[in-house]
Amino acid sequence: MTDSETTETVLDIRGLTKSFGSNVVLDGVSLKVGKAQTVCLLGPSGSGKSTLLRCVNWLEKPDQGSVYLSGRRIGVREGGHMAMSNAELARERARIGMVFQHFNLWPHLSVIQNIVEAPIHVQRRAKDEVMAEAEILLDRVGLAAKKDDFPSRLSGGQKQRVGIARALAMKPELLLFDEPTSALDPELVGEVVAVMKKLAEGGSTMLVVTHEMSFARETADEVILMDGGRIVETGAPGAFFKNPKTERARQFLQRYVS
Amino acid sequence: MSHGFEIVWEHSDRLVAGLVNTVVLSLLGAVLALMFGCVVAMMLMASNRVLALATQGVVDLMRCVPFLMLVYLVYYGLPQFGIDFDNWTAGLAALVLYNTAYMAEILRGIWKNLPRETIEAATAFGFQGRRLYTRIIFPQVFLAAGPMVGNQLIQIIKDTAFLTIIAVPELTQAASGIQAQYFVPFAAFIVAIFIYWALCALVEAGTFAVERLAEVRR
Ligand SMILES: Nc1ncnc2c1ncn2[C@@H]1O[C@H](COP(=O)(O)OP(=O)(O)OP(=O)(O)O)[C@@H](O)[C@H]1O
Ligand SMILES: [Mg+2]
Repeated sequence: MTDSETTETVLDIRGLTKSFGSNVVLDGVSLKVGKAQTVCLLGPSGSGKSTLLRCVNWLEKPDQGSVYLSGRRIGVREGGHMAMSNAELARERARIGMVFQHFNLWPHLSVIQNIVEAPIHVQRRAKDEVMAEAEILLDRVGLAAKKDDFPSRLSGGQKQRVGIARALAMKPELLLFDEPTSALDPELVGEVVAVMKKLAEGGSTMLVVTHEMSFARETADEVILMDGGRIVETGAPGAFFKNPKTERARQFLQRYVS
Repeated sequence: MSHGFEIVWEHSDRLVAGLVNTVVLSLLGAVLALMFGCVVAMMLMASNRVLALATQGVVDLMRCVPFLMLVYLVYYGLPQFGIDFDNWTAGLAALVLYNTAYMAEILRGIWKNLPRETIEAATAFGFQGRRLYTRIIFPQVFLAAGPMVGNQLIQIIKDTAFLTIIAVPELTQAASGIQAQYFVPFAAFIVAIFIYWALCALVEAGTFAVERLAEVRR
């Protein structure tokens, strides 16, 4: 289903470059994610996947290139010359949900408070409405009973499902996942992957960095392989996993697919 | 048999009045020092290096001044510049000034060691400016700061005793007055010491409660 030409584009990354000192981490990366699509980013450690995600919501400022979210440029004001202020940037960031490898829940807030915190205090939405939605979200990730617990009392899989609910509560146009299952015990990966699959099927727009090849194979609309700060191969998962076009992709798959 | 305790007891109203002042000065001093300490901690953590370094300089200076010297300076020195306090206000001002530096240093130390990731997550979710501080950073800092702030509160309670030298009618002043008038130094001071100890025990209990809260929230 590489019909990104016909579907509406949500995320459009063009020619992104980023260096840390002399270390070129992103070397001209361009990609698109269409509405309701799931794109999986694969690549060896250090290939720049996290940096790419962090450039999308400007946690890291790209050196060159541009990021458009639903046609609106992020980080740069209309006209294309003035950088956005912190407040403007924050408003754009709130349009993007992010799920982290190490969950990064707010430890001082209970599960439900974690979920409603940003919708209430960043998006300034009505508390009653947000609370009601949060209960539904918690139900969807199977954690209704944990609503008043604190993150420290949850298992990794539960924490990550809260992390996902927290991102969803923002009603984001785009969801970014940075290795959401890599910090989990193997027996807990399944519960998180199940939630992500439901999201993908439910029409969420997702850019997912993962080493979970089964997720990529079964859920992705498109798979992108990165290496050394560049995209080395792009394709539908069926073709990519069965018949990689590049030598680099073949090597990668040999190493990461058992 | 008697060591003057019954005389102290007869004048317990004076001790109670002193105790009230000690408690009010300590609490007011601690709360104000904590509030200003938050602001100063933000300056210490500012990305503006000049501001951070200048603030660090002032904080370090403040922490090196003997408290007694600061009390003298505020009470006797400032009136030279037309800033005139009564003794009670001068005492409070000195307490706040001095302990703001300590509180700021405590808060900064904890802030620096907060996991960066939870703050970054907040940034990714659109928190910035005032709300990032009030919703995400300071709640975590305060929870972790319980024991150290409790310690500082005990320090503040003891510092109020110095204010007797500018005739603030606090507990030490009251005990001192009774012993001088009736020459019962042992009884008067032992009772005062016992009251200070009870105050510190209360603070310890408060600290313990905050720690219980914090335990599950980290
Ligand atoms: N803030 C930073 N300062 C300096 N170097 C950085 C910074 N962030 C990332 N790097 C470097 O950029 C390179 C790419 O890092 P990145 O985290 O994007 O890789 P990755 O593909 O996500 O790897 P992994 O699979 O291990 O998470 C690495 O060499 C890393 O050391
Ligand atoms: Mg990474």
